[in-house]
Amino acid sequence: MEVPIKVTVNGVLYEREVEPRLLLVNFLRDVLDLTGTHVGCDTSSCGACTVLLNGKAVKSCTIFAAQVDGAEITTIEGLARNGELHPLQEGFWQEHGLQCGFCTPGMIMAAYQLLDENPNPSEAEIRHALEGNYCRCTGYHNIVKSVQYAAKKLNA
Amino acid sequence: MFPAPFEYHRANSLEEALELLARFEGDAKLLAGGHSLIPTMKLRLNTPAHVIDIRNIPGFAEIRRSGDQLIIGGGTPHAAIEKSAEVQRSASALAHAAAVIGDPQVRNMGTIGGSLAHAEPAADYPAAVLAYDAQIVAVSAEGERTIPAGEFFVDLFTTALEEGEIIKEIRFPVDGDTVRSAYLKFPHPASRFAVVGCAVRLTMDGNTCTDARVAFTGVAATAFRDEGVEQDLIGKTLDDAAIKAAAQQAAENDELEFMEDHFASEAYRKHLAKVYAERAICTALGR
Ligand SMILES: Cc1cc2nc3c(=O)[nH]c(=O)nc-3n(C[C@H](O)[C@H](O)[C@H](O)COP(=O)(O)OP(=O)(O)OC[C@H]3O[C@@H](n4cnc5c(N)ncnc54)[C@H](O)[C@@H]3O)c2cc1C
Ligand code: FES
Ligand code: FES
Repeated sequence: MEVPIKVTVNGVLYEREVEPRLLLVNFLRDVLDLTGTHVGCDTSSCGACTVLLNGKAVKSCTIFAAQVDGAEITTIEGLARNGELHPLQEGFWQEHGLQCGFCTPGMIMAAYQLLDENPNPSEAEIRHALEGNYCRCTGYHNIVKSVQYAAKKLNA
Repeated sequence: MFPAPFEYHRANSLEEALELLARFEGDAKLLAGGHSLIPTMKLRLNTPAHVIDIRNIPGFAEIRRSGDQLIIGGGTPHAAIEKSAEVQRSASALAHAAAVIGDPQVRNMGTIGGSLAHAEPAADYPAAVLAYDAQIVAVSAEGERTIPAGEFFVDLFTTALEEGEIIKEIRFPVDGDTVRSAYLKFPHPASRFAVVGCAVRLTMDGNTCTDARVAFTGVAATAFRDEGVEQDLIGKTLDDAAIKAAAQQAAENDELEFMEDHFASEAYRKHLAKVYAERAICTALGR
């Protein structure tokens, strides 16, 4: 039996009926057409599917859409304001924090929660906060620099 | 990967969750953080006809202090335990264990009740719960009962919980002025679960240890208290030599059902138990 849900995604309220086994990531990608959130491993390991659930970074491949009824979700599509990139997005661009870009949306959402809680993280704190996100291209070095860039810009 | 179809129910109180469990008798699963259940449902190792979501029950994720007890609601996420100033102050080893579970995303969803009920042999909380002699409070249609941590972990993925019971809360004695506690683990480099995790809770009179609780996870089929190490600490002045000597007693009980896999052999796990016992004791004592 389908269940009715009301979810606010990037500030827009959506009311939909969903099959209980529909995963949040598929709800975002296939129902709402928000394909910025990626599916890497589908086994809660890689973090490519990271979104914010009521402000907290979570892996949307391991959550049912039905569970987020009444919640607020933020995806990578919700970060830019009036066509201007969020400092994290700008940081990944400026510091070459991506190569293929597959991991990037998840990296940015995980880094978003970090900077929200700790506006001035050390390098070790950045690496620790991104432990749930795999990148198979960059070697992480420039990702750390990208987050540092954003922290600096947000604190300016 | 999608799980087999099921019906979703959201419980708004523990009573409602218990009613639903009774109604679907054996064909329902509680869903808390979902970070153990959903992966097994995707693999179709679990195919419940009904899923009862208990994550949004008001008051189920509360951390409170009552006299010399710290009471943690069964639905409290790992991240809330890790970041709680009250837990950091009054049960350091528990805060340490919560902080090293998986990664930030896992800690935002996973709950202590779910972790204990799942009883994964490499999970972090079991060692801390044993080192505190915590009391696990289970509710069912019949009422409430309290299960001492020492009786809770029965076997691999098996606990003393009965069908139809929900972990309502876990009660920990607070670390008083004389207590030093810590949890330290060697994480598996890929999964981040504990290859070996050690929780210690020492009662000190100056430099002399008057009581000791040392518990391991990851080493055997269930977490266990290591009386060999405990007995070797009690009554001793804890200098470097005494700590080292006590740590060497770790995982020497032949009755343990040791875990062994392609990553860590039994011998390696025993070795790590000694190393982590020493490190956890030193961390607890601030050395
Ligand atoms: C990538 C990844 C890495 C992880 N790394 C670690 C790690 O390093 N260390 C570690 O300890 N854990 C780790 N975990 C497991 C994680 O901590 C889980 O969140 C936890 O084991 C289960 O909690 P949950 O709330 O998600 O439970 P769920 O998955 O919702 O439920 C698990 C089981 O417990 C039952 N249940 C849930 N709540 C209750 C309750 N209150 N009373 C009775 N039964 C209940 C459910 O019916 C189910 O059978 C990891 C998980 C993932 C996905
Ligand atoms: S796709 Fe969700 S963690 Fe990899
Ligand atoms: S940029 Fe390719 S996986 Fe990270």
